[in-house]
Parts: sequence; structure tokens; C-alpha cells
Amino acid sequence: MQNILTIFKHELRSYFDSPIAYVVIIVFLLFTGWFFTTNFFLVGQADMRVVFQIIPLAFLFFTPAITMRLISEERKTGTMELLVTMPISDSSIIIGKYLASVVLLTAMVIPTLVYAITIASLGDMDFGSTIGGYLGLVLMGSAFLAIGTLGSSLTENQVIAFIISWLIMFAFYMMDKILYYLPTSLVSFVEYMAIEYHFNNISRGVIDSRDLLYYLSMIALSLFLAARMMAARRLR
Amino acid sequence: MIDIKQLTKVYGTQKAVDNISFKVEKGEILGFLGPNGAGKTTTMKIITCFMPPTSGEVTVGGFPVLENSIDIRRMIGYLPELNPLYGDMNLVDFLKYVADLRGIEKSKQNNRIQNMIDICGLGDVLHKNINELSKGYRQRVGLAQAMVHDPDILILDEPTIGLDPNQVVDIRNLIKRLGREKTVILSTHILSEVQATCDRAIIINKGLIVADSSLAELQRDLEGKASINVEIKTSDNSIADHLTSIEGVEEVRELYLDDSINRNFNIVSTAGSDPRELIFNKAVENGWIIIGMAREIRSLEDVFHQLTKE
Repeated sequence: MQNILTIFKHELRSYFDSPIAYVVIIVFLLFTGWFFTTNFFLVGQADMRVVFQIIPLAFLFFTPAITMRLISEERKTGTMELLVTMPISDSSIIIGKYLASVVLLTAMVIPTLVYAITIASLGDMDFGSTIGGYLGLVLMGSAFLAIGTLGSSLTENQVIAFIISWLIMFAFYMMDKILYYLPTSLVSFVEYMAIEYHFNNISRGVIDSRDLLYYLSMIALSLFLAARMMAARRLR
Repeated sequence: MIDIKQLTKVYGTQKAVDNISFKVEKGEILGFLGPNGAGKTTTMKIITCFMPPTSGEVTVGGFPVLENSIDIRRMIGYLPELNPLYGDMNLVDFLKYVADLRGIEKSKQNNRIQNMIDICGLGDVLHKNINELSKGYRQRVGLAQAMVHDPDILILDEPTIGLDPNQVVDIRNLIKRLGREKTVILSTHILSEVQATCDRAIIINKGLIVADSSLAELQRDLEGKASINVEIKTSDNSIADHLTSIEGVEEVRELYLDDSINRNFNIVSTAGSDPRELIFNKAVENGWIIIGMAREIRSLEDVFHQLTKE
């Protein structure tokens, strides 16, 4: 536990000591802000639907950028040798690093509350779905980040880590958008596997244990595989 | 303290370490010698639990590396060959991070870190980023990192590389001092380093141990032993037997035969003797003409060269 905290603090500091965190946050806010404002006054609805539609797509590009360096950079610079000869387990390393990326994602999402506050002051907002939406965003973002952590554990090249992570994320992102083309027997399964499907459920303001379970198991499985990959690559 | 039995490590199809066995006792400083690619670093990486062995048994402090790696890692301080450091951290933060990872209590950390800064001579660069440090300073940071938790076992892969001569002497003295109560394994290409710091040397070549003896033994073997090269002009065929019969001559080897009647011999003398005068007298007695004679003290370099050449 103490070790996870040590890794977490170190990783968080390397995010915020370097320009990475600030660049990611600013670009993310410009991106979502543009989509929020362009249609907002035309649609005339006091809800966060537009924001909640665009953020999952933004996550698809921002989360692999956040996680791509987590493990591959240490392997590239050789500091992994230092880290894994310390008396800490591989899983503490993975979890500590992963948690730091979750904090960065949260810091990236929090400023978008400004949109929610704006809407609430202009009209009658549905608080249930907004709160649910934010919870869903953090859960879905965390699942994306876990996949990204796995991607980073596969290679020492950050660009390749980005692309592999993006491909896995894209597959899960597309699943509920191609249901028309699937045989009916597969539809409910593929729909359940889709990453945005559960977010849509939660952002309706209904928190179902199946949706929570989906994200938590996605996170657990990805991090478990990442720890295994780290150990396996060391065995060579 | 460290017990290695029939250790083999294979990378793909290449054997990096081939069935080696040795033990290191507490309070011993072991020098690990060998040419590039001999398997020194691989062996060290296995002891430090960075890599598992392909086969063989490695126990450190009684724990097998495959089962109790966390316990072993706690005991070991490790300076890797390439000395990887977090370049964007400043020195003190880096040492604090390592101290945290090592589980040193917060109350003791400042004391330990200050201690390392003094020992490794890092006082001048305290608030610099590691990226800005020269190679020598980086090496000192690597040493500080390896020793910050006061480990029982130190594994140092080429510890004095990149240091200036004064610092080399300081670090060697430090290793010697630490070696009284700790177990130290250091690898090096520099033979005088082994002579200056180690109790024992293992010479490894192509994954095999070619020599394992205490430095006193090694030195005794070498001390006073000299090789003498003589060139003698004669047609006498029994010359080699005559030379062997001289007192103080251990071994006579004819170097090469050419068309001329000049014969070249390499003579190894026994410890503490100098048979050159006797050789001269012998030559006069038998009517040989000595064209040249030169004496060289055998060094660790010669032994190393002899053991590790093709």
C-alpha cells in the first residue's frame, strides 16, 4: 500500500512537473468547449447531452496520450531496471502509475463542470443525469486508461504504445455502433461489451450494478494483464 | 551469503552464462573480471532478481531468487551497468524517492540521504537536475542510490567508470570499508581495481569461470615471477635442456624457429629469483652467444590475457 502511494506520488509529480498535464488539459478543454458552445444557443436545451456525446470520443484520443509513457518510457530509459530491483511488487508499480493517470483524467474533466454550472444557471437542469454522467465519464475514462496502461506495458516505444492502446479502445468504442451489421444472436453480447453503452446507461441517471461491474472488471483485467506483461518481458 | 549453483542463462540461442557455480561469504569483496560480453552483467542481473535464471539455483541470504525475490531485493543495493536515473528529477528528490521505495522511515531519511551526499561527494550539485550532471557525478548518484538503505549486499556493475582519479580512490576506499561487514560484488575491466579493492577475484570468459581464487593467492602466484625472453646464437641442439637445468628456472619454452641459428626462448623464473646471471654464465660455459635478454614482471594483466584469449 505504501509502495503504491510512493509510485503514485512520483508519477503524478512527473505529470505535473512536465508540460504533459497542462497541454493535455488545455487541448481537451478547447476541444470540448468548442463543441459545447457552437450549438448550445441554437438547441436551447438545458442539458449536458452535447458534452456527454463528445467527451467519449475525446477520451479515445486523450487517454492513450496520457498513458503511453507510463511503462514504456521507464523501459526505454532503463529506469525500469532500477524500479523492479526495488523491494516492491510489479502490481504496486502498475497500480500506482495507473492511479496517477486517473487523477490526471479527473483533473481534465473537472473544469468541464463550468458547462454544467452555466446550464444550471440558465435553465432547469436534470441533476440526476448530470451527476450520473460525470460518474460515468470517470468510470469510462478509467477503463480507457487501464487499457492504455496495458498498451504501454507491451512496448518500449511510446508511439507504438499509443497506437496499440488506441486500436483496442477503438474496438470497444465501435462495438455498439455496428450492431446493425451483426447477427441478432450476437447483438446483446456485443452491446454489453461496448464501452460507451454502459456510459450511456449511467448518464441517464440510472446506476446499475451491471454497468459498474463492466467498468471495474475491464480495469481489473487490463491492469492484471499489464502486470503480467511487465513480469513476462523481464523474463527474457 | 550468495550461493550460485550451476547457473545457466540462455538468451534465445546464445548462452550468456554457462553452468557456473560460486559462493560469496559475508564480509567478502569479490571482483568479477572478464572481457565484454563474458556474462558478468547477466550474472549480476540474476542475483539482483532483475531476470530469472534459465536453470540452476541462486540463493541470496538463504532465500532462493525465484521464490523470495522481494526479501532479496530488500537486502541488496544495486548499481546497474548503464546506471539509469530519472533525469528530470533533482538529486535530493531522487534520493528521497529511492528511500521511499526502499521503505526507509521518514524520520531517518534525511539523515541517511545527508550521509550519502557526504560519502559520495554530492554536496556541490544538490539542487541540480540529474540531467545536468556530468558522467562522474551521475555515477556518484548511482552509488548513493545503491547504498542509501545501508544494504547487506552491494552489487556494483562497473562502479568507478567515469570517475576522476581522486574519486576512484575515494570510492575504492569506501568499498573496502563497507566490505568489512557487508558482501560486495563488483565487476570491472580495470585489473588494478581488483588488486586495490578485492579479497577475491573470479575471472569469467564466454559464460564460464576460468579462474576463482583469493587475491592473496593470485598475487603470490604472480609475485616475483618473471618471464625472460632470450635470443641465443648457437647450433647446440641440447640448449633447452641446459637452460631448464639452471637454478631458478621453472619453465622453458622455445618461441619460434626460423632459418637462422638464432634461437628464441621464453623462460619463466620461479618466485623471487633472477636467473639472468646464471643464464649468462651458462652461455659462456657452452660457447653460446647471447644476442638479447629482457625480463618482464608478470602482471594480473598477463594472467587475465592468458585466461581469456581465444
